[in-house]
Amino acid sequence: MMQAEQLPLWLGIPVAILLLFGGLFTLIGALGLYRSPDFYQRIHGPAVVVTLGLGCVLIASMGLFSYWQSRLVVHELLITLFAFMSAPVSAMLMMRVAVYRRKK
Amino acid sequence: MLVILSYALTASLIMVALAILLCGARLLLGPTAQDRMLALDTLWVCAIILVLLVGIRVGNSLYFELALLIALLGFVSTMALAKFLMRGESIE
Repeated sequence: MMQAEQLPLWLGIPVAILLLFGGLFTLIGALGLYRSPDFYQRIHGPAVVVTLGLGCVLIASMGLFSYWQSRLVVHELLITLFAFMSAPVSAMLMMRVAVYRRKK
Repeated sequence: MLVILSYALTASLIMVALAILLCGARLLLGPTAQDRMLALDTLWVCAIILVLLVGIRVGNSLYFELALLIALLGFVSTMALAKFLMRGESIE
């Protein structure tokens, strides 16, 4: 955290808000996973974690590292692309497993 | 300025740690196998978020590669687990 001292206010406050929202949405998704009574309701929780929680944290880190290294850092777009592409596929696989195992 | 960002990072880390605890509780409690698989998949995503937050806190951009690796491993493991639960074997 020693590089954060020369951070300007116009970047620091949005990054702090995005980090807080990322953590909050992760907690909300995990709470939904923990408290929902049925599998078909439980699967809604991780969707919030993947899209909103991971997205907020990735945007925040993209802004911070772009400022610290004084160039555009787009490594995070790889993680965003991969997570947003693989999350629906894995959710569909899990739903198929649940339907198949209930039918059997 | 430093204080706001530091507090936000610490609060976010605590919330992600609580989320990991809740996912672990669901992983242990889950009545069926697909509940456990769902909890494990959420746990991978929470691990990605935790690694990214630690990378921001340390200020090292090397952690992104680790997060990308975790994302790849999580997707492959979920796919293998789903195939195993459906067919009874993961490699045919």
